[in-house]
Amino acid sequence: MHLALVGTPNSGKTSLFNALTGSRQKVANYPGVTVERKEGFFVTPRGRQVSVVDLPGTYSLRGRSPDEEITRDFVLGRAKGESLPDLVLCVADSTNLRLTIRLLLELKKTGRPLMLVLNMFDIAQRRGVTVDVTQLSDLLGIPVVTSIAVRKGGTSDLLQRTDEIGAQEPVGTQQNLWQPLSIAELRATQREADRIIAATVSLPAKPDTWTARIDAVVLHPVAGIIILGLVLFVMFQAVFAWAQPLMELLSHAFGALGQSMHDTLPAGLLQSFVQNGVISGVGSVIVFLPQIVIIFLFILLLEDFGYMARAAFLMDRIMGGAGLHGRAFIPLLSSFACAIPGIMATRVIDNRRDRLTTILIAPLMTCSARIPVYTLIISAFIPAEQLWGWVDLRGLVMFGLYAAGITSALCVSFLIKFFMLRDYAPAPFMLELPDYKLPRARSIAIGIYTRAKMFLQRAGTTIFAMMVLIWFLASFPAPPAEVQDPAINYSLAAVIGEALVPLFAPLGFNWQIVVALIPGMAAREVAVAALGTVYAIEGGKEAADQIGQVLATKWSLATALSLLAWYIFAPQCASTLAVIRRETGSSKWMALTFGYMLMLAYAASLVTYSVAVALGAG
Amino acid sequence: MSTTKPTDAPRQIPLGLARRGYCGVIHRLAADGTGSALSAMELESRLIELGFVEGARVEVLHEGIVGRDPIAVRIENVTVAVRRREAMAVIVV
Repeated sequence: MHLALVGTPNSGKTSLFNALTGSRQKVANYPGVTVERKEGFFVTPRGRQVSVVDLPGTYSLRGRSPDEEITRDFVLGRAKGESLPDLVLCVADSTNLRLTIRLLLELKKTGRPLMLVLNMFDIAQRRGVTVDVTQLSDLLGIPVVTSIAVRKGGTSDLLQRTDEIGAQEPVGTQQNLWQPLSIAELRATQREADRIIAATVSLPAKPDTWTARIDAVVLHPVAGIIILGLVLFVMFQAVFAWAQPLMELLSHAFGALGQSMHDTLPAGLLQSFVQNGVISGVGSVIVFLPQIVIIFLFILLLEDFGYMARAAFLMDRIMGGAGLHGRAFIPLLSSFACAIPGIMATRVIDNRRDRLTTILIAPLMTCSARIPVYTLIISAFIPAEQLWGWVDLRGLVMFGLYAAGITSALCVSFLIKFFMLRDYAPAPFMLELPDYKLPRARSIAIGIYTRAKMFLQRAGTTIFAMMVLIWFLASFPAPPAEVQDPAINYSLAAVIGEALVPLFAPLGFNWQIVVALIPGMAAREVAVAALGTVYAIEGGKEAADQIGQVLATKWSLATALSLLAWYIFAPQCASTLAVIRRETGSSKWMALTFGYMLMLAYAASLVTYSVAVALGAG
Repeated sequence: MSTTKPTDAPRQIPLGLARRGYCGVIHRLAADGTGSALSAMELESRLIELGFVEGARVEVLHEGIVGRDPIAVRIENVTVAVRRREAMAVIVV
């Protein structure tokens, strides 16, 4: 049996999807477009195998963005390679039925079997909303069930009705009578929805007092901005401070593992490969898992709480000054985790100009893959001091790097608006501000689990492959037998690095850095692993465990700062570039992104290095 | 089809000019000439999809920081953020 979940944004569709399927989820893309396709599986109490697809949220079937087109085509059976759903579940936030009932009236025209799910029913009851479910079902002419997605057993009603519907003989295929609605028809459906709601739902006189109270502070012109700043500041302090103990633990574990491999295996190529290539390489990337989990924890918490829409509201005009749409705030904030989901999330922006601008600057947001590079250099070169007794100096530098990324993104956006895309008029900002909800641990856990899995898979495949390549380049050809200096100086890596060094010498980069930047094209964090491998092969096993200390002795402060500046802009991330090409449908925008970031990176490093040397840090 | 008497006409204002704390009822939509990037038809459709239909009660809950823009409007049971430029299409009494 195939189900499809349809609903307006914020209807709790995703939490219902998580409640039904748990971790049995498959995330892919719809063929030909880049809209994320989430499918999950579950078994009903009577043992029926069910697959369920979570469709993008929409207010109507008009399909004014690629996401909404997917929802429409899926429901109408027009989507390529998809079978018609046997049952469409229209998910509604029980406290807010108006817009969903209108959508439902439109869905009814498609002739698909429908069921209305009154989700978050507990919240509605607590607020004094009463719904005459039987009468609502009669007036709509479809089954209606209540559900509490976040509570155990909260979907039992839904499962039972699904079983009953699945057991029925199909009542012959109903005709699809849906056509795009005219304005008069739209208005008529909203009136009809209001009439049905008036007959079946009684609303409390007062809206949600908690939401009103929180908004009075959070959306306050002064307090709101201060709170937004604090939230971001705490987030970055947490990423640096909370993750530290766990990271040290992981780092020691990999060091011990490498050492035990070193002791077990006979000296030679295999030993070097396992210890320097595999364990120290992949290990140095996996060490950053705690930080990635923390940043996603914050993003998911803020999203589930309902704060993200408020942040967009607060930032709309401020970002508007830089030529950005308020809705771009969410994709840009996601880009702090990774530019790829961020760029994919720009699909919520339906104006092409706004969307392109957001895509072009998304890679400037400091993604989590840069954290390993920043952390490594900061801990090697910046002393662990407290300023004014409570501000961690290292955390402050980290914050500064993030701020530099954001500032440059705003400047670039302003330039794009001014020089390139002048002919587009600004798009409207229209966004529902959902009531606040307590985030649920289970839903957050599933979200973090999916992201952590993706990160580890990348560490296990792309990064592993790159590490093998680096190890190979750094180990072959073998040096002549009688020489004393490190073997790597005779390797292919040294040849490549030294060939490129003249280009990078003005930035203070040595050939080891240049070698590390090349595989960093696959993923930025690989640069750390690559440095680890290069110095491990050069300096022996101690170097791999203590790469930070090695760097502190081999690089000047100016070089370190220059590399930090480079990484604010660093264009090297092949997957981001690939996503940009896919999302914009042209190589032109990809080439432009790569070009402008490379230029900025070079310029920033050059300035940083020259200034630092002039100040005596060379 | 308007039920308001002509003498009430001066009280009609576009929602885009309403200040924080304003309460009213939607009188009609006038999506022409608002200066929005959307065509009048598209703007009107979107407003209706977000629940801006004649007779709905609205209240301006919050104003943005720069130029008191955008505004957060309570329409019946839903809170929606819109820019003032688009809110000009909503005539309230």
